[in-house]
Amino acid sequence: MTLHTLSILVEDHPGALSRISGLFSRRGYNIGSLAVGPCESAGLSRITITVTGDDAQVEQVRKQASKLIDVIRVSDMTGTPRVERELALIRVTAGPGAPQAEIMQIAQTFQAAVVDIGSASVLLEVTGDTGKIDATERLLRRYGVRECTRTGKIAARREEKDT
Amino acid sequence: MKSGARILVESLHRQGVSTIFGYPGAAVLPIYDELYSSPVRHILVRHEQAAAHAADGYARASGQTGVCLATSGPGACNLVTGIATAYMDSSPVIAITGQVATHLIGNDAFQEADITGITMPVTKHSYLVKRTEDLGGVIMEAFHIAGSGRKGPVLVDIPKDVSMNRISHDPSGDAIHPRGYSPTVNANRRQITRAVDMIANAERPLIYAGGGVIASGASGELLQLAELMMIPVTSTLMGLGCIPGDHPLNLGMLGMHGTAQANYAVTGCDLLIAIGARFDDRVTGKIEAFAPRAQVIHVDIDPAEIGKNREAHLPVVGDCRDVLLHLCSHLQKGKTGDSWQQTIAGWKQQYRPVYGGDGFLHPQDIIRAISDMLGGNSVIVTEVGQHQMWTAQHYCFRSPRQLITSGGLGTMGFGLPAAMGAHYARPEVPVIDISGDGSLQMNIQEFGTIAQYNIPVKIMVMNNMFLGMVRQWQELFHDRRYSFTELPPVDFVRIAEAYGIGGMKVESCDEVVPAVETALSTDGPFLIDFRIEREENVFPMVPAGAAVNEMMGVRRQ
Repeated sequence: MTLHTLSILVEDHPGALSRISGLFSRRGYNIGSLAVGPCESAGLSRITITVTGDDAQVEQVRKQASKLIDVIRVSDMTGTPRVERELALIRVTAGPGAPQAEIMQIAQTFQAAVVDIGSASVLLEVTGDTGKIDATERLLRRYGVRECTRTGKIAARREEKDT
Repeated sequence: MKSGARILVESLHRQGVSTIFGYPGAAVLPIYDELYSSPVRHILVRHEQAAAHAADGYARASGQTGVCLATSGPGACNLVTGIATAYMDSSPVIAITGQVATHLIGNDAFQEADITGITMPVTKHSYLVKRTEDLGGVIMEAFHIAGSGRKGPVLVDIPKDVSMNRISHDPSGDAIHPRGYSPTVNANRRQITRAVDMIANAERPLIYAGGGVIASGASGELLQLAELMMIPVTSTLMGLGCIPGDHPLNLGMLGMHGTAQANYAVTGCDLLIAIGARFDDRVTGKIEAFAPRAQVIHVDIDPAEIGKNREAHLPVVGDCRDVLLHLCSHLQKGKTGDSWQQTIAGWKQQYRPVYGGDGFLHPQDIIRAISDMLGGNSVIVTEVGQHQMWTAQHYCFRSPRQLITSGGLGTMGFGLPAAMGAHYARPEVPVIDISGDGSLQMNIQEFGTIAQYNIPVKIMVMNNMFLGMVRQWQELFHDRRYSFTELPPVDFVRIAEAYGIGGMKVESCDEVVPAVETALSTDGPFLIDFRIEREENVFPMVPAGAAVNEMMGVRRQ
């Protein structure tokens, strides 16, 4: 069982997302994370889905998804050199008396930006792969995480290097 | 200026649809107003489920796309079982549903149901048409999708204002084929070459043919391949008729109620050539023990079927007919090992079907009598249950599309409405609905339809006053605890008479042939209520979870 990242190019039609998510659930696959947005071609969207399963299972769901009329292409990016990113907004308790310097130091270490400061909390924005976001959130938890919102993962292939 | 409704009906006519099946209601009033004066014939069913099954039966009998029509909300919901039935058996059906007006959608309006949402898992594709301008193009696209690649049902949901609005220009001709849809029809040549090698070198090859052979019109090519290399053929329920039942190379159906020779052959073969079949659990039994010594060539137009249940040594994605044509043209005439032929001939000799012979009224004898009387000149439609399996085992199907049955979903109540559809597809051929007393009562209201239009369907009820297949499982696996499977006697002849349909009851063997003769010589519909042995079982039977060669009810003779 491994975590697979599927990149799905779809028609920007109403219901396309629900066709895809419905297919995953009724064939017994749990979607780990999901991100949808417009892509380089007008009228198309790219959906990035992570799903856990063995290679044969994921290949089966890849083929089933490819059959949907609204789906142009499904690529399993697992095993190909790629860049993966998630974004998280984390609100940390940071009122008077809180160890603000420590929080800022963690933010700096993970290159998180402070995007809002209130009287009782700060809102940090952090991007990176899943591991980095997990680590950031874990370290901040001891100061009190009031809210954590994460996007699904997106991924892009690395260009083949000339050797 | 043309209304959406007119555009719809003209599009159906242009697609060559002669007959549609439907039931009116508020949201489809504009469409019914167009049908009133249209060359497209409309058959009024008594329940929308029957409209979907009739469209499916029409599609299966003709190979053309069938069309059903229902109103919004309950009408559309009643189609769902029929759509799911078509989906599981890859049958091309267009389901047209009315919808509440666009400004009311999402409002819980009267007779509103999200039918595109409800049917998403059981359609190949679906549309909610929001603008009249889109309607003509959508219908063209829907027919294209339903009838190509792996065929299947497509739903088109049309809000009332979309069918009422009038537009001056119908841009139907501008329809573009969807970018994400291009089925692989032509198989990869290298895979063909590999398949040729594997077939030429096999000692104990077996063809396992499914409904895909019939869907692609490849029966002739299948027979050519089998005869060229002398390869025995077993078929699935959906594949029956792809090779004549009395052909020396035919082993009959395989699987849970397959023949002994087919199940032994699949267990013993060294090369399994699966063509348009999907290794369904009713075929394979315990999957690990299915064709355990065989290399597998799997030919299918749907790549997702290959490797789904059984790993294929050689996947061949393509239209069955195209693949078979290429295989035949590349193979040199050959003959599989004599010992394999002899082994199979031995099984055929030793394991004759066991039933009857005691003077009582057995369904197997009835079906054999009907088969002898009608032969290849018939369309046989069944419901679901014991009578369906007896038909599969004992009727000698001579040609593709001769058997119409709900295989994948196993829908009781399918047969009678599907038989109505089959009649409109092939009006020149006698259409028989072989039924059980349970299944018949699931869509018995369609007596009204066959009476109204004088549809000459002959209904043969294998009446055992039980839900027989469930009773059989209770007998064999639940200590004969017949929990809710006994049905009180019903006088089907009198029900038929109430609708104006002729019928008779048959209680002994010597009445069978005269009764069937009467049915066949009667103009219009006719019903025979056969009071069969109540606790007759379907054998052979592979118990759930067993390997296919572990059959109950086979006796060596």
